[in-house]
Amino acid sequence: MPLASAERGKQVIERVGCASCHTIAGIHWPEGRVGPSLHGFAERALIAGHVPNQPELLARYVRNAPAVLPGTTMPPMPITEQEARDVAAYLYEMGKN
Amino acid sequence: MLDGWPPPVLDPAGPYATSVALLSWVLFGMAALVLLIVLAALYAALFGSEKLQSRVGGTRVIWIGGIAFPVVVLTVLLVWGLSLTRNLSTSAGGDPLRMRITGEMWWWRVAYLDEQGRSVLHDANELHIPVGRPIELQLESADVIHSFWVPRLSGKLDMIPGRRNVLRIQADEAGVFGGQCAEYCGGPHALMGFVVVAHEPERFAQLMRARLQRAASPMQLTPVEATGARVFQAAGCAACHRIAGTQANGLAGPDLTYVGTRRTLGAGILPNNLGTMMGWIGNSQAIKPGNRMPPYTVLSGEELTAVSAYLQRQK
Repeated sequence: MPLASAERGKQVIERVGCASCHTIAGIHWPEGRVGPSLHGFAERALIAGHVPNQPELLARYVRNAPAVLPGTTMPPMPITEQEARDVAAYLYEMGKN
Repeated sequence: MLDGWPPPVLDPAGPYATSVALLSWVLFGMAALVLLIVLAALYAALFGSEKLQSRVGGTRVIWIGGIAFPVVVLTVLLVWGLSLTRNLSTSAGGDPLRMRITGEMWWWRVAYLDEQGRSVLHDANELHIPVGRPIELQLESADVIHSFWVPRLSGKLDMIPGRRNVLRIQADEAGVFGGQCAEYCGGPHALMGFVVVAHEPERFAQLMRARLQRAASPMQLTPVEATGARVFQAAGCAACHRIAGTQANGLAGPDLTYVGTRRTLGAGILPNNLGTMMGWIGNSQAIKPGNRMPPYTVLSGEELTAVSAYLQRQK
């Protein structure tokens, strides 16, 4: 993911609590069970089973999921566009199997 | 990471914590001094000249260094330490703001008291205080022994079932100060945190006025929030939780009247936003194993979203 930092992404994930719903590689607590585990996310074909797993789409999805996939249960998250790109970078970096 | 977390120890932000920090440093200093003296004596005994060796041996040294010195030093430290920290747990008169904090497995019940000691406002896991004014906390427990500790604002004091302990805290600067249960109380003890938020006095008075008014008037809800209110009722949330101004009047769990303004969820452990609220309600057992709230796997995605939006609105 260009112009994005996985390291900053991890800080964003911890600050807003993504792991309350998702189990995420490299985040040891919490390990939420409401949404899908994001282990191996880099190799997943679809985001939320519907959206192609492309970097730009993932960055938009983690920031405002209902705008990308109406009807999804994942809520909009209080992060900036840059932070969303950082989060996506982290998921690709750590989500390799 | 959460604001004010983890709370630094020995970094006081008010007079009571300053006493504790000073006492700690003096104790560290004295311990280091005594260690140096003992090591020096040991060195002299092992490698010193014969004259020196005979000086550190014998009953006179034991009487002075082994009995008189510790008795004097420890007595002075004890008296000084107790007088230094006496004002932490005694009622010092005047007109302090009073609050009652009850330790529960594994969260904190908070009540703001009026002059007569009646509770006028209920909250949980978050204390709002004005800057520069002593706050007198009545510490109680509903079940087992907990310990109330905000390292930057005061000392640490146990909450004991059947007993009321008094602890005073004060912040001399506005900010968010993390606190933690400091006595093992079972299961998720390590996840029993809270925050103290210190405001400038005008801002604090404004906040309390707004809260007292809020409790008296019902709010306008969006369609999603209205659905959330119905889910809240249908799913039985009100059996354990109270929201002032509604029929929800449960007392077993944290009061949710102002939950939308809280800085944290789950008792000081998660940031508070729509997403973490959904994660907590959906399955708090994955986040804080053993806590007394069941996972709500009966809710659909829409219901989970709606009830979380309704709770985020409670301010």
